[in-house]
Amino acid sequence: MIAEAGLAALWLAFALALLQLGLGVAGLTGGRDVLLGAVRPVAVVQGLLTAIAFVMLIWLFLRSDMSVELVALNSHSDKPWLYKFAGTWGNHEGSMLLWVAVLAFAGAAVALFERRLDERTLMATLAAQAFIGIGFYAFLLFSSNPFTRLDPAPAQGQGLNPLLQDPGLAFHPPTLYFGYVGLSIAFSFAVGALVTRDVGADFARAMRPWVLISWVFLTLGITAGSYWAYYELGWGGWWFWDPVENASLMPWLAATALLHSVTVLATRDGLRAWTVMLAVVAFSMSMVGTFLVRSGILTSVHAFAVDPTRGSFILALLVIYIGGAMALYGFRVGTVREGSTFEAVSREGALVANNLLLSAILGIVLIGTLYPLGVEAVTGDKLSVGPPYFNAAAGPLALILVAIMAVGPLLKWRRDTLKPLAKRLALPILITALALAAVLAMAPGIGIFPLLGLVLALGVGAASVAPLWKRNLRRTPLFTYGMVIAHLGIAVSLAGMACESAFTKETLVAARLGETEHVGPFAVRLDGVAPIAGPNWTALEATLTVTRGDGKPFILKPEARMFPSPPTETSEAAIKTVFDGQLYTVLGKADEQGRWQLRLWWKPWVTLIWLGGVLIALGGLLSLIGHMRRERKLLDRKLYG
Amino acid sequence: MAEPQPKKVSRLILWVPLALFALFFGVVMHGLFNPAERVVDSKMVGKPLPQFALPAALPGQQPLTNGDFAQGQPRLLNIFASWCIPCKAEAPILEQLARQGVPIDAIAIRDRPEDIAAFLQQYGNPYQRIGSDVDSAVQLAMGSSGVPETFVIDGQGVIRHQHIGDIRPEDIPNILQKLREAQ
Amino acid sequence: MKAKHQRLTLGVVALVAIIGAALLAMSALKDQAAYFYSPADVKRTRIEPGKAVRLGGMVADKSIVRQPDGVTIRFVVADGADTVPVVFKGIVPDLFKENSGVVAEGRFDAGGTFIADNILAKHDERYMPPQLEGDKHKTGKVE
Repeated sequence: MIAEAGLAALWLAFALALLQLGLGVAGLTGGRDVLLGAVRPVAVVQGLLTAIAFVMLIWLFLRSDMSVELVALNSHSDKPWLYKFAGTWGNHEGSMLLWVAVLAFAGAAVALFERRLDERTLMATLAAQAFIGIGFYAFLLFSSNPFTRLDPAPAQGQGLNPLLQDPGLAFHPPTLYFGYVGLSIAFSFAVGALVTRDVGADFARAMRPWVLISWVFLTLGITAGSYWAYYELGWGGWWFWDPVENASLMPWLAATALLHSVTVLATRDGLRAWTVMLAVVAFSMSMVGTFLVRSGILTSVHAFAVDPTRGSFILALLVIYIGGAMALYGFRVGTVREGSTFEAVSREGALVANNLLLSAILGIVLIGTLYPLGVEAVTGDKLSVGPPYFNAAAGPLALILVAIMAVGPLLKWRRDTLKPLAKRLALPILITALALAAVLAMAPGIGIFPLLGLVLALGVGAASVAPLWKRNLRRTPLFTYGMVIAHLGIAVSLAGMACESAFTKETLVAARLGETEHVGPFAVRLDGVAPIAGPNWTALEATLTVTRGDGKPFILKPEARMFPSPPTETSEAAIKTVFDGQLYTVLGKADEQGRWQLRLWWKPWVTLIWLGGVLIALGGLLSLIGHMRRERKLLDRKLYG
Repeated sequence: MAEPQPKKVSRLILWVPLALFALFFGVVMHGLFNPAERVVDSKMVGKPLPQFALPAALPGQQPLTNGDFAQGQPRLLNIFASWCIPCKAEAPILEQLARQGVPIDAIAIRDRPEDIAAFLQQYGNPYQRIGSDVDSAVQLAMGSSGVPETFVIDGQGVIRHQHIGDIRPEDIPNILQKLREAQ
Repeated sequence: MKAKHQRLTLGVVALVAIIGAALLAMSALKDQAAYFYSPADVKRTRIEPGKAVRLGGMVADKSIVRQPDGVTIRFVVADGADTVPVVFKGIVPDLFKENSGVVAEGRFDAGGTFIADNILAKHDERYMPPQLEGDKHKTGKVE
């Protein structure tokens, strides 16, 4: 009954989405405002129904109801409850249901809480949101029904991919999905505003919190994903430019650009057409990312099963939504009244540079991700594009971007001159120069990228707190703190990346039992290697006793695991985090003489990479709270004052 | 003033995003409908079985060597394991084939005798001989990548066909056909 | 007028930035995209030393030689009659074995030895080129 209830809720929601679209269109074209009044409640009920459908699926997984095909294929009654729970979205159908649930939920949230937007634009927005929903409901109901029954029901399920049985991974996809799909609101806002030609500061202020929320989730999701790849894959790297990673990075880049251009639009009423474009692009990138992952046309560590029917279905949706929105843009944006102007040296100028650089990086990532497909289409050659390309092409642009980020917040809106700017920047520039001298003195052989990265990180870190200089800290608005912390987070993360690439020490040896190897400041003794077994794998586990200087010794136990069906092996790296970095150990093979391969990395300050990511998200959160507070104040004043 | 000129240019710029998306669409369409060949059957098909001599998986039973297959009659070689869930689904199908007179041998992968005995007790034993391949060495040599897989071996010990995954009822005619071809 | 003008300027700047990024991307791709070669291709076409490529084939029988340091191996990748010597320092996957398929990422040195940075191995042929003709084979990336 639970499965049927879930399916019924999904069908009802589908019908309501159709109704919502119909009401919106009829209301907007016929001028019948009565109809518009019904849109909000319909959107809320629709959101509620998909939430019910999703809860039903979770319930089926928790109960291990093997008569449902999806549960039988992806769960097992002996699994710990956490993985039963996470198994709900650890598969294609469940994750698409989550996608749709977030989409409808976001629509309901807009219908409930959005007060600033012009009523007609809001109705157009909700109609657009319903229109997106319709496509994904159809996808779910017609090609990926999660509630299909199995008759007769098997006694036991088939379990979950062992690689996915990891607490970090259990909550990584939902976080990313909130980010991806949250951007649909910005998309619908843009479409709504194009329909009513109402693009202005109010529109931007209304859109900003929604963009911020999605951006915070995306930032957290990417940070968590990077850490997962780092500790789970056992390759010692933290970013692999894998297509699935790129699929999450591209919406983030677009959303970051949008976040900054929407500020120009909200504060200075400039960059109208550009902001609308970015809002369309950001969610388009989410959909493209989903398509690339779900269709399996790009092979990657993470890719799911290849299924051309599903791929074509999502591709058709992409054409309708992205193609439609871009065509609407081509027709309509020319009629949007232009906003105010500004000089090249100004806060707006810096933000435009930020936007262009972010867009260029986005383009580079997109081209690199799709290039193998493109070449194959044209010449039939197969090739792969890896980190060397992305680092060479996107690296320099990212460094310039970070430098502009240091300067931008110190510029005045509208128009500024270079002289006072130099004064404001004197201290950060001094710090940069000192850092340059210090790094060159202490690490003479450092590569150019890590050198620039490290020096910039220090200078930018100093510059990013400069906007607080000589201000009354208690009266500084929360969103300014948000910006400062987010920018500081970028500097912290950059410092971590630069240190990781410049100062990592690696030891790759074949060690006998009892031998001691050295890596960085650590002495690592191989005490033993013993076989251990898990529920569906066997492994070899090494015992390493590690000491640093005169410190207390500690034990690390890296494993090499083997899953027999299909034969897969994973390295379970053992990692020790200390205040100034991480010791990362991997166990390799034995040779004929009884030696064991050990791969040891000492990665100084590597943790800063993810700490920076968390700071960026925290900055976004503070900024969100700050803006919402101010908006509420302004709204109250307008209503009562 | 050259007014119309810039206006025209800026109009065109507005359509650039759509054009870029069209390009993306073209590339992706091609990729979607010309997928890379990802599954290639074992290279061992058409070649004789590799040399192997596996101990019996159950105490007191016969061991399994590649020589057992060159007896003039085609046989099935099933690769399975007691811990493998699709193998349980496959068990009744193999029973049915065995009842139809198809000789079936098996290789148990990374398994323990007591687990194998329990598995056969519960799901039936269609096998004539079962070899135990504790480190997957023979499985790898066969070009098999997982369990279950089933090979059709002809009377000269040459691999004629590889079936990847569990045998489902709808696969039976194909398997029987391959066995007839291997006569 | 002013606003329209500014919009046009911004539009042109954006277009220039996008084209610039595309050109930058294309030039980087030309240098950095790794094509896939088999030993036969290597014999037929000259591959510049130092250029990132992928090499695919079978690990030749009895060709794996462990070096005394315990972490470096030498082996030969073959397809039919053509062979390429390979050096790799690191931990090889379990499934890396003689007479099995292998894909190595790396570059050639001046002497024609392939210096592998990374070894991708599976014991079956699933990521091997199905047909062995043409300079660059069809293959998927397998990890």
